[in-house]
Amino acid sequence: MSELSFGFRVAWRHLRIGVMNELQYRANFVVQLIQSVVATGTGLVVLSLIFDRTDQLDGWTRPQLLIVMGVFTFVGGLIGFVIEPNMGRVMTDIHMGTFDYVLTKPVDSQLLASVREFRLWRLTDVVVGGVVLGWGLSGLDERITLFDTAGFVFTLIAGTILIYCLWLALTAGAFWVIRMEMVQELFTGLYRAGQYPVTIYPSWLRLTLTYLVPIGFAITVPSESLTGRLTTERVLITAGFVVFGFALSRWIWRIGTRRYSGASA
Amino acid sequence: MTDTVRSGAVVSQPIEYEGGVRSYARLYATLIRTSIMEGFQYRVSNYLYMIGMVTEPVIYLVVWSTIARGQGGSVEGYTPGTFAAYYIVWTLVRNMNIVFTPFGWEERIREGQISGHLARPLHPIHYDLGNFAGWKFVVIVLWLPIAAVLTLIFKPDLDPSIAQIATFAIAIWGAYLIRSMLLWILGMVTFWTTRVSAMFEAFFAAELLLSGRLLPMTLMPDWVQTLASYLPFQSTFGFPITALVGPITNRELVEGLLRQVLWISIGALGVRLMWQRALRRYTAVNG
Repeated sequence: MSELSFGFRVAWRHLRIGVMNELQYRANFVVQLIQSVVATGTGLVVLSLIFDRTDQLDGWTRPQLLIVMGVFTFVGGLIGFVIEPNMGRVMTDIHMGTFDYVLTKPVDSQLLASVREFRLWRLTDVVVGGVVLGWGLSGLDERITLFDTAGFVFTLIAGTILIYCLWLALTAGAFWVIRMEMVQELFTGLYRAGQYPVTIYPSWLRLTLTYLVPIGFAITVPSESLTGRLTTERVLITAGFVVFGFALSRWIWRIGTRRYSGASA
Repeated sequence: MTDTVRSGAVVSQPIEYEGGVRSYARLYATLIRTSIMEGFQYRVSNYLYMIGMVTEPVIYLVVWSTIARGQGGSVEGYTPGTFAAYYIVWTLVRNMNIVFTPFGWEERIREGQISGHLARPLHPIHYDLGNFAGWKFVVIVLWLPIAAVLTLIFKPDLDPSIAQIATFAIAIWGAYLIRSMLLWILGMVTFWTTRVSAMFEAFFAAELLLSGRLLPMTLMPDWVQTLASYLPFQSTFGFPITALVGPITNRELVEGLLRQVLWISIGALGVRLMWQRALRRYTAVNG
């Protein structure tokens, strides 16, 4: 069996265990659903306040901003489902010295560290985000071409991978400085900026939100592809940046794990 | 007890009973001093936290400045310059507003920390108030460079009178007290049920829309403004910010402060009643 397919089987097994675990706590689904609805409802109120005063925000109409909000919620749900819990667990493991259990397994440590925890109910955000996205799409005047759809799917996957890479690199920072909890707060704070297209921000912030914290790639670029703004050039840049980001974060992870020394091992 | 004795200064004199006010003052002074020292120890993580927090007002500021420009320079009298002033002052008010989170009650109860509080002679809210008040001094110092950078970038239009500055200096502490007590009351719901997070999120959403945190209240629809005037939220965000940024009359400054006093009294009463009832629900094992 090749190493890769073995890795995927391990990931799949962990996902199943994680889902079964979460299914024990069904009431949490209702709680999470209320939270998703409250958050999205607030977002919709804000949009209506904006469009009480104007009919476009820097060229983006109401349905187009609904699409941005949908993608924002959707990607946020994915982050909460798999990226945040796993990276949080890695930070705790490093802190407590239990990261040994990851390193001693015969699977790639990055893969294993990324698939151990799932918060199933955070997927409600994926559903709610999908609904908002659909609502926005139904309000568009233009038709969406096949190129737009393909561009959307591709840039959405690429952008989410980039967010994962950022988290991985930040988490690996815990190998050096141990206390990284505030980094999560920082990310959560910055992520909120993705509710609007990053193009509305002043250039220093826009560049930060695109290349340093790739919210631009994860939210704005996919939304651009559904609103007729995507260019082939942008697709190529995204592809290149994913390869670069993935290689860089994996490199940081590797150096970090080599630096790690457990207290108990 | 052993800790007090070991700390040296106390050893030389026997512990005497002190009057109520003096013991409160000493408690607060000690709590504030300790938390200032602690706060400066973790200045890097405090900074990361503050930078994450600054994103929120910057988003609002950018969005509403964009709208103002699109509408020929201003919305309801707010120009990009006055929006900038509003949201930069916002960052200080928000920092003053960070108090013990209602989400923290679950741990307090689960870990039996309440038992420790019950053994102390004063109401436990004083320990939170003192602790966080000390942290505020750290926050204000750390906030200054952030405010300077934001000022350079967004060029706020700010020209307060002496009365406005004085009111602001008092009102941020009023806001701190009111929000501390509100969130204490909210957090104590955890004594009855642990499924509180959805309720807390709903509370924060209401606060966002009804306090001036999202937008200056004058930009809200009329019925929202009327509703908000009966609720405490504005005293914790909108009033302190508007007190400094304006436009506001001296009469409104005084009214705002009086309203804060009213909400502080109601909050204190609420905390008292809620705490009494909550304690009846509380049992600890080995606490």
